[in-house]
Amino acid sequence: MIQFHNVTKIYRGGVEALRDVSTQIASGEMVFLTGHSGAGKSTVLRLTTLMERCSRGHIVIGGHNLARIAARKVPFFRRHIGVVFQDHRLLRDRTVFDNVALPLVVAGYTHLEIARRVRAALDKVGLLGKERQFPILLSGGEQQRVGIARAVVHKPPVLLADEPTGNLDPELSREIMSLFGQFNQVGVTVLVATHDVELLRHFGYRVLALNRGELVNAREPLP
Amino acid sequence: MNDARIGSSGPKFDLRSSGRGALRAWVVRHLQSFFFSLGLMAKAPGSSLMTAGVLGVALALPGAVYLILDNLTGMTGQWDARNQISIFLTDDMGDEAARQLAVGLAKWPEIARIEVTSKADALAEYRRMSGFDDILDAFEGANPLPAVLSVEPGARYQDPATVEALSASLERLPEVDVARFDLRWLRRFEGIVEIVRRGVYLLATLLALGVVLIVSNTVRLGVENRREEIEIARLFGATDAFIRRPFLYGGLLFGFSGGCLAWIILAAAFGALAPSVARLVALYDGTYRLAGLDVRMTLILLGGGAFLGLLGAWITLGRHLQAVEPS
Repeated sequence: MIQFHNVTKIYRGGVEALRDVSTQIASGEMVFLTGHSGAGKSTVLRLTTLMERCSRGHIVIGGHNLARIAARKVPFFRRHIGVVFQDHRLLRDRTVFDNVALPLVVAGYTHLEIARRVRAALDKVGLLGKERQFPILLSGGEQQRVGIARAVVHKPPVLLADEPTGNLDPELSREIMSLFGQFNQVGVTVLVATHDVELLRHFGYRVLALNRGELVNAREPLP
Repeated sequence: MNDARIGSSGPKFDLRSSGRGALRAWVVRHLQSFFFSLGLMAKAPGSSLMTAGVLGVALALPGAVYLILDNLTGMTGQWDARNQISIFLTDDMGDEAARQLAVGLAKWPEIARIEVTSKADALAEYRRMSGFDDILDAFEGANPLPAVLSVEPGARYQDPATVEALSASLERLPEVDVARFDLRWLRRFEGIVEIVRRGVYLLATLLALGVVLIVSNTVRLGVENRREEIEIARLFGATDAFIRRPFLYGGLLFGFSGGCLAWIILAAAFGALAPSVARLVALYDGTYRLAGLDVRMTLILLGGGAFLGLLGAWITLGRHLQAVEPS
């Protein structure tokens, strides 16, 4: 599903964020991406969502060489990917319902379809009763679950998460992570960037470790 | 990981724009954006009204000057109708000769109407108007006044240059002593009207530019305020068109409401002026009525406002949206 072939990313100003990274994530697989801050985790996610383009090498996602996707096609590419952020990035002046509905509104779904799918997504993350509330009134864990509902509401085949448990206590973190596991169970390809070693051990999915922009022990899950 | 579900590459992403009921979806999208923009304006009624107010005043100013100009030219139109050339015939032309000349001249295409004032009538009128009865009596029955033809040019020959040319060619006739019409004040008045007209165009251009700048600044602030939302929407696959649309409608709505306010301002102002003008005109025994906002002017105000608003939004979006990339 996601293939990196000798990918190097050099930002303007000469900072080399990724060096010659090659890896594959199969369709329906769940993988952790780990490394210290500045190791290149965010760069991998930015390349995967086409927020950036790589300097050398090439990336293939969903059967498309990303270098060949024209700017005007980028929105349609992104509709196949769900993204979860560390700081949720929910819109404060919108209700939970409207926040979750965003990917569907963007893609031009009808009102009825939007209502149906948003409720299904909120049900999945256990927040069905809170659709009329504003995010600010929810706890951190609940806010992150709204973020997850938004990332999966349009049923993307690929789900990316950037430090989704960064601000949560261990118990909530495990809860959130098993939620990702559930989506993976139904066939979604999941890539979670995290530096939480406890979580990696607890769940035992394959781990891609980055160190200063280079991939180390790419194959083996942590013991 | 060790699961049969896991394939190597998975399904290929479809990057075509989904054609879900294309036309209907298009209409729905536009309605959504329209009401969304309307909703945003309604959420902040104070600042929306202020912006619309500024636009209204900016649009009302050239509108007002234009209407005044319209009324002035309307009035001169009335004077033009009395735009007569008086032809004083030579002394030897009797009343009968004058009438025959009039019949001949009536065939000229430039001449709409011609009226003969006989020597006797001229004398009677002069007596009545001047009060110099005694002097006339000194002529002892001989009438010193010539017969006069009053020529009225046709509707298509009313402008000063044509009237002047007509007057000159009439004067060249052997039967005619002098042909006269009051050209100079008409010329001057036309000159003033022309200057004011150009002033209006200049003013309108400047204020239209003002409207565009005001709207583009308002829209720019809107983009700044909703930066986060734009970034998120982009990350979840919003097209440029999707992101631009509500802002374009916002600009359109601001311009349109500015046009509406300008219309109200002008209607109120001219409503307040009309009675005084009517009173003044009555004092001059005139029938002139103040021309207010007609359909054309209404369309120009509303349509022009909406267009300028849209233009302002368009310009600012071209420059500012590119800067809002997801991060």
